[in-house]
Amino acid sequence: MLYRENGQFKTSYRADQQIFPIAQDRIAIGIILAIAFIAVPMLASDYIFRAILIPFVIMALAALGVNILVGYCGQISLGSGAFMAVGAYGAYNFFVRFPGMPLIPALILGGLCATFFGILFGLPSLRVKGLYLAVATLAAQFFSDWMFLRIKWFTNNSDSGSVSVTNLQVLGMPIESATSKYIFCLAILVVVALLAKNLVRGAIGREWMAIRDMDVAAAVIGIRPMYAKLSAFAVSSFIVGMAGALWAFVHLGAWEPAAFSVEISFRLLFMVIIGGLGSIMGGFFGAAFIVVLPIVLNQFLPAFMGIFGIEVSTAGVSHAELMIFGALIVWFLIVEPHGLAKLWSTAKQKLRLWPFPH
Amino acid sequence: MAFFLETLIGGLMAGMLYSLVALGFVLIYKASGVFNFAQGAMVLFAALAMARFAEWIPKWTGIDNPIVANLAAFVIAGAIMFVVAWLIEKLVLRHLVNQEGATLLMATLGITYFLEGLGQTLFGSDIYKIDVGMPKEPIFAFDTVFQGGILINKEDVIAAAIAAALVALLSVFFQKTSTGRALRAVADDHQAAQSIGIPLNRIWVIVWCVAGVVALVAGMIWGSKLGVQFSLTTVALRALPVVILGGLTSVPGAIIGGLIIGVGEKLSEVYLGPFVGGGIEIWFAYVLALVFLLFRPQGLFGEKIIDRV
Repeated sequence: MLYRENGQFKTSYRADQQIFPIAQDRIAIGIILAIAFIAVPMLASDYIFRAILIPFVIMALAALGVNILVGYCGQISLGSGAFMAVGAYGAYNFFVRFPGMPLIPALILGGLCATFFGILFGLPSLRVKGLYLAVATLAAQFFSDWMFLRIKWFTNNSDSGSVSVTNLQVLGMPIESATSKYIFCLAILVVVALLAKNLVRGAIGREWMAIRDMDVAAAVIGIRPMYAKLSAFAVSSFIVGMAGALWAFVHLGAWEPAAFSVEISFRLLFMVIIGGLGSIMGGFFGAAFIVVLPIVLNQFLPAFMGIFGIEVSTAGVSHAELMIFGALIVWFLIVEPHGLAKLWSTAKQKLRLWPFPH
Repeated sequence: MAFFLETLIGGLMAGMLYSLVALGFVLIYKASGVFNFAQGAMVLFAALAMARFAEWIPKWTGIDNPIVANLAAFVIAGAIMFVVAWLIEKLVLRHLVNQEGATLLMATLGITYFLEGLGQTLFGSDIYKIDVGMPKEPIFAFDTVFQGGILINKEDVIAAAIAAALVALLSVFFQKTSTGRALRAVADDHQAAQSIGIPLNRIWVIVWCVAGVVALVAGMIWGSKLGVQFSLTTVALRALPVVILGGLTSVPGAIIGGLIIGVGEKLSEVYLGPFVGGGIEIWFAYVLALVFLLFRPQGLFGEKIIDRV
């Protein structure tokens, strides 16, 4: 009853083309932002920040980037972990080698390194399609694993590629406490999400979607496949690289190449598929699901098995976690192959007619 | 020269073993269009089952003969792989017919996690060994031609022979039996095959069973080489460039691709590795495959991809 667009007449093109054309949506987004920026920092504990909220925000950012490539442009990528690694080590190099380099420009430069790397490994997409491309992007993954382990220059000559950063500041304010880290990441996420939303509903986003739906047909109507595909790789790897830099700088603090292994690429792909391909909202849902699920399993599995009198060892818990994680993903794909975003839009559709569905 | 030949032969042997894993990918992709990421997990699962049953059977039954124990373990592990294949078809694939490639890929990734967890829960997560009595000592060949001869690992030769025999067996099965013909029909066109009365679900179960047996043989050989442990799953990642190089739909492609990748890896590691710090084996295979793909996007022997609007 509350969620109706009746009586909201658009009198200008501007009003017709806004991101949230329905007034209730705008109010809801305002409330969510207020909760995220004001209420959550006041209520959440240090553990919740470090274990759930910060990883969630950064992974949502990365998933957003992956979604642009996989969901909007249809190029399956298993190399997202590599783009994160390049972003992280790129930002690290700028941060360490140029004394006095502020944090935000370092992050952006890291993202630009990832962009360059992404375009380089996006070149095969001009020839290779579908699953062949997915395997080809693994080349980026293994190359970056090797590069940061073996080429000492990238890691400032540290052993085994493990590096750390300290003394993070933004505009003179230290990013030390969990709350400030959370707010910083969230601010970046909001800005990038807004940019991404506007990109995908603009001309270039439409080109990406045309390429995704049928690349030959898109080329026939005058979309340049090379420009569209490489721009998707560039934008996507920029965002993923920024997320990687945040993950390393803000969440981990000290890291080594193994932090960005092929495992993280798989998880990012899970996020976009479970969240919903081709939907900005989807990335958030997927990230929340994948970040929270292992923590929930880890917390509740021993207690749950205890009810049946079964003692579970730590190794047993991690194995059971793998099994449940795998089974849930399969179940999810079967039940809702279009992802959580689809459930969300179905719910909204239902809500518009509620309580009189006919 | 002798050293070069030694590296070359070592590469060819390793290549045969890659093809064995790659074969599992190709079989399933050909028949059902599923890119089966779980092949590596299946290799681990089968190897774990085999290793543990070979250990348990003498304890339970008191039979001390290692050949009997190994044979029984092989049969039991094979049966377990059949059950796994049947369950995967029944519980997962049947419900995902007509989904996009990416969704199916993700589903097999889910299966990967599940099998890794299940295998280690059932069979334990230590390092086990499979001992099927493969000779370990090296032999020296061509010692009349080169001084000192060429060192060849006997174990590798036997493994390569087993792989070759399996491939020959599979090609006979595909070409000569009626089930094989049905499999090829399904691979060509699902709908046409269904319309002439080939039961798709049964065909898929058979294909997954065959892939399970291939995984078991691969697991046995790799397991006796490296020991049965979690890192066996990475063998699948090593075999992926083989598949795309050879073409996702071609059995001979998997063999030739395996040989090329095996030789390329070994030669690059020996002759190129020292200049860039070593350890380049794993990405070199991928980059090699990538370069091939730039010229032939469907792989060496894959079916030509024709796009229609």
